[in-house]
Amino acid sequence: MRRAVSALLRKDLQLELRAPQAVPAMALFSITTLVVFHFAIQRGQVEGDLAAGVLWVTLLFAAMLGTSRLFVADHEEGGLDGFLLAPVDRTALLVAKAISMFSYLVVVEIVAVPAFAIMLLGPTPGAGALAQLVLVLVLADAGVALVGTMVGALAVQTRARDLLVPLLALPLLIPVVIAAAKATTPLLAASAGDVEARWLLILGLYDLVFGLLAYAVFDFLVED
Amino acid sequence: MTSQLLYGTRLRALSLLTAVTLTAGFALAFFYAPMDADQGFMQKIFYVHVPMAIVALCGFVFAGIMAIQHLRTRDARYDLRSYVAIHLSLILGAGVLITGSIWAKASWGHWWVWDEPTLVSFLVVFLLYATYQPLRFSIEDPERQARYASVFAVVAGAFVPLNFLAVRMAQSYTHPRVFATADGGLPDKMKLAFVVCLLGMSALYVTLWKYEMASKHTSAQLRSLRRKLGGDEAVTPTGRSAAPSLGTSQ
Repeated sequence: MRRAVSALLRKDLQLELRAPQAVPAMALFSITTLVVFHFAIQRGQVEGDLAAGVLWVTLLFAAMLGTSRLFVADHEEGGLDGFLLAPVDRTALLVAKAISMFSYLVVVEIVAVPAFAIMLLGPTPGAGALAQLVLVLVLADAGVALVGTMVGALAVQTRARDLLVPLLALPLLIPVVIAAAKATTPLLAASAGDVEARWLLILGLYDLVFGLLAYAVFDFLVED
Repeated sequence: MTSQLLYGTRLRALSLLTAVTLTAGFALAFFYAPMDADQGFMQKIFYVHVPMAIVALCGFVFAGIMAIQHLRTRDARYDLRSYVAIHLSLILGAGVLITGSIWAKASWGHWWVWDEPTLVSFLVVFLLYATYQPLRFSIEDPERQARYASVFAVVAGAFVPLNFLAVRMAQSYTHPRVFATADGGLPDKMKLAFVVCLLGMSALYVTLWKYEMASKHTSAQLRSLRRKLGGDEAVTPTGRSAAPSLGTSQ
């Protein structure tokens, strides 16, 4: 299992390193979205709940872009068929894809969050707020990666692939948006506060539920 | 053959039962239950809106359970049950959103209020399930369509309680909450009317579900009989469809 996961993960990351496709598009898209936000909400600087909203909408839409590309190469080049012929557990594909989606999101956030702080964010968060922000980002990314893997695997076999991904994933991710936006609001406020523990709890619970759910249903998504 | 007969039976009795309980429920709601002190006559919409929401959510859960059965047994009939349940719940769900909106306008003065967590959660759930039909429609292979639709129904069914929890936590409780008192604080006369309305709405759901199942089974049966008699030319090809196809397998 571990060997299969690491082989699949190495393949994914190597592919992305040699011919970058999803990550640069996601990063560029998130920065463009920030510019769009600047003009759409007509503010030079944002803080508090508005800042949290701008940040999460940007990250979420960038994640949609990555989700719809996640299985495309495997589907078109026959990687899925090859995987199905190999005598390994299918959960290996779920784990590998979720980890690669998670790492894409982390890379995108390394670009997008500083860009957001420079371009739009009014107050400068301190070290404590930054550490808490990283924790919220990690928990939210895990949820987005799990849902993205499920929805990506489901949508890649359909005709309306790129149409279905946001339609399916956005409603499913609303609890993540609620908890992440509520959690980051005090971190981005002018007088910085602490994250409320219950939002971290909701994010953790979401990750747990969707992790188990993905584990349970993924086998049915990669048959034949 | 037996399955078709099974779906066709007791439809008349069920229809009668539905008509009687629903009429009785509404009669109780209008003539027996007391007027609400705050909201007056407008509060009567409670007897339609809340039972409809409860039945629609139970329908989604039922669809999820049928989908688990389908994934376990690979029996196409479970997929059909799940499909019909989601279809009807979506129709009821549209009704819930419309009546909820009317109630919000009457009691708070706005067509939509974000402070009512139950209604907001319901909208999110409705939006998610609204993608069920497009999802089915965009998969051509019937076996794969059924399998993916079942995966969707299971995931969405598990999502429902999680979503209600998250949305409820996100609200500041600024509005008086009528729903929270639905079990405990309701006067006995109102409670009786509410329970009868809930039973009537459930009976309506079951009856409509049975009718749609019977209709789907009968047309599948008819197709396979036509094919037996006249060969493949006698049957017009169905083309792409979001509905599960049973006929070809029988």
